[in-house]
Amino acid sequence: MKILLKGGRIVDPSQGLDQAADLLLEDGKVVALAPDLAEEDARVLPCEGLIVCPGLIDLHVHFREPGEEWKETIATGSLAAVAGGFTAVACMPNTRPPNDNAEVTRYILKKAQEAGLCRVWPVACITKGQKGEQLTEFGELKEAGAVAVSDDGRPVPEAAVMRLALEYAKNFDLPVISHAEELSLSRGGHVNEGLASARLGLRGIPAQGEAIAIFREVMLAELTGSPVHIAHVSTRSGVEIIRRAKEAGLSVTAETAPHYFSLTEEATFGYHTNAKVNPPLRSEEDRRAIEEALRDGTIDAIATDHAPHSPLEKFCEFERAAFGLIGLETALPLALHLVERGIISLPRLVELLSCAPARILKLPGGSLREGSPADVTVFDPEARWVVTEEELHSKSKNSPFLGWEMRGRAVYTIVGGRVVFSRRELLS
Amino acid sequence: MEFFHRHILDISAFTPEDISYILNTAENLKEILSRPIPKVPTLRGKLVAHLFFEPSTRTRLSFERAAKTLSADVFNLTARMSSVEKGETLLDTVLNLKAMGADLFVIRHPMAGAPHFIARATETRVINAGDGFHAHPTQALLDMLTVREKKGTLSGLKVAIIGDIRHSRVAHSNICGFRKMGSEVFVSGPATMLPPEREALGARVCYRLEEALKDADVVMALRVQKERHGRELFPSLREYAREFGLNAQKLALAREDCLLMHPGPINWGVELHPELENDPRSVILEQVTNGVAVRMALLVLLLGGGA
Ligand SMILES: [Zn+2]
Repeated sequence: MKILLKGGRIVDPSQGLDQAADLLLEDGKVVALAPDLAEEDARVLPCEGLIVCPGLIDLHVHFREPGEEWKETIATGSLAAVAGGFTAVACMPNTRPPNDNAEVTRYILKKAQEAGLCRVWPVACITKGQKGEQLTEFGELKEAGAVAVSDDGRPVPEAAVMRLALEYAKNFDLPVISHAEELSLSRGGHVNEGLASARLGLRGIPAQGEAIAIFREVMLAELTGSPVHIAHVSTRSGVEIIRRAKEAGLSVTAETAPHYFSLTEEATFGYHTNAKVNPPLRSEEDRRAIEEALRDGTIDAIATDHAPHSPLEKFCEFERAAFGLIGLETALPLALHLVERGIISLPRLVELLSCAPARILKLPGGSLREGSPADVTVFDPEARWVVTEEELHSKSKNSPFLGWEMRGRAVYTIVGGRVVFSRRELLS
Repeated sequence: MEFFHRHILDISAFTPEDISYILNTAENLKEILSRPIPKVPTLRGKLVAHLFFEPSTRTRLSFERAAKTLSADVFNLTARMSSVEKGETLLDTVLNLKAMGADLFVIRHPMAGAPHFIARATETRVINAGDGFHAHPTQALLDMLTVREKKGTLSGLKVAIIGDIRHSRVAHSNICGFRKMGSEVFVSGPATMLPPEREALGARVCYRLEEALKDADVVMALRVQKERHGRELFPSLREYAREFGLNAQKLALAREDCLLMHPGPINWGVELHPELENDPRSVILEQVTNGVAVRMALLVLLLGGGA
């Protein structure tokens, strides 16, 4: 099966490319990239006016299966991913039961294969039951298919345990992802400490709690000589710690999520539970610092932290509402808005959403070089659409962007040389 | 002037004109309470549901007195007798009461924003009778009514609020209300219970108690609520009384004609020295009477019936 993407603008920072060209895919691989390719027996996808880039990879999603299938399943999450232009996702282990043993890892991969849409890369727990005590069996988990370890959803409370994880991960070359949060400062909090906590009369989660936790991870990276990846950075002070660590030559990478550069704590005013997320939406100063960090390279990647919740968890008192919001189908236009505003370039956007995630988790993809997997995202940077519940494919609709007019949308999502999502055919 | 608010959730939603209008209405209705038979038929046939998910005696009784004076029917649901503990959600509870014909919910809830949620989810009128650390608008209104009665105005006054400002809905609503009406608000107390200035909703934060009390027109002591915090925010009640409790000597820093207020119930010997019990500056019992008048005003304004 051959696919020829004709007439698009190819943006591939992995080879420094930004030019009009055609792209030929065959047997699940990229086979040619050149202007005016002709191929008689290929299925032709017209890409005039569209951007063609290496498939987007989301480092951080919650697909809720096994255990909370009423919120999302691997099948519905995969559909949301490909509809949002993602060809691969890394799913966090805080399911029920958590992904702390090879059996759960294999179950996730089986469900992903049945869904047959995007690639699903399981992230396993750092500690058994995410209790922060005993390390999981990194060796067997890796063999079963885990690509990284994280206790995401909660931090590893003790520095000594995190140290062991960073050391032990070296045996298996497993990336370690840290959910950086100083629990003794954030416990009982529901919104950012500052304007939101004062206005809403809720306990706050101070920005410095994130920075303290990031600083600990950075110091442990130095101590152990292992790389550490910081999930969902939301604060100016956190960014500053990472910037200084990178300047000092330490092996630290970081991601942020679209809501941290698109929204501030004001989105929670009025007790809007769809804007309740951990880490919380922060101040305008923090939001700007995140933009700057995306621009200057302090933050390496954009990940959605897609966290579906049903009305059972969200249509209730704010303090009782669950943390988390969905992001797979709004990430691309929100990132494109940064391009529109001149904060980042289009190649930088592709770097943040594809090349860097592949590099951080050592995944195939993130490139359109010949021989790379044929994972390709084709999007229309101009397409205008309005976020409504009906437009979203995720099983849950807990988006703080409902009602927003967006600009930019995936047109074709191709995984392993197969068109798994097409907006053109949906329309015709 | 017309009152178009459907709910009383938070003082911040009101303009100074709204507040004056509520206080005027309360002043007019207050007269009813001193009649030999303090009852009028204004809200006959209306059903007011009181939902108290937190222990409260005086606020609940005050609302009940207000509703019954206006001849409304009253449901009283308190946390202990409610099915909430059996796992029923707040939403189910209020939807059931709405189905039984409740016209208005009065809600006291330990979670900030719970009354807002109910207002949005049920489209029934809601009065917030205190939500978490967030707001206690009826308390602020009765406090403003009391001060306006005594001082003739709410503008240009210095109001000092002493105690746990950070975790006090009474403080939050009073700061908001008095500032809207043109007064300056100073807050003081243990620094572990004071917000940083940028989060103080426009109040001046004083780490020296004297600074807040100096030449104050109104001095409001807050109840020390040890149960509000997961951990102790000050070393001992003894130290609190010594450093932040009000006594005659500290009160002498305020203006001679200052008003001493407290939202109740009082921990005598902690936030207030017993020597102030019969102090002529105290308007604490007037606050209680005005509480009924303000709540009558809000019921009339929300449920119509004409005053
Ligand atoms: Zn996390």
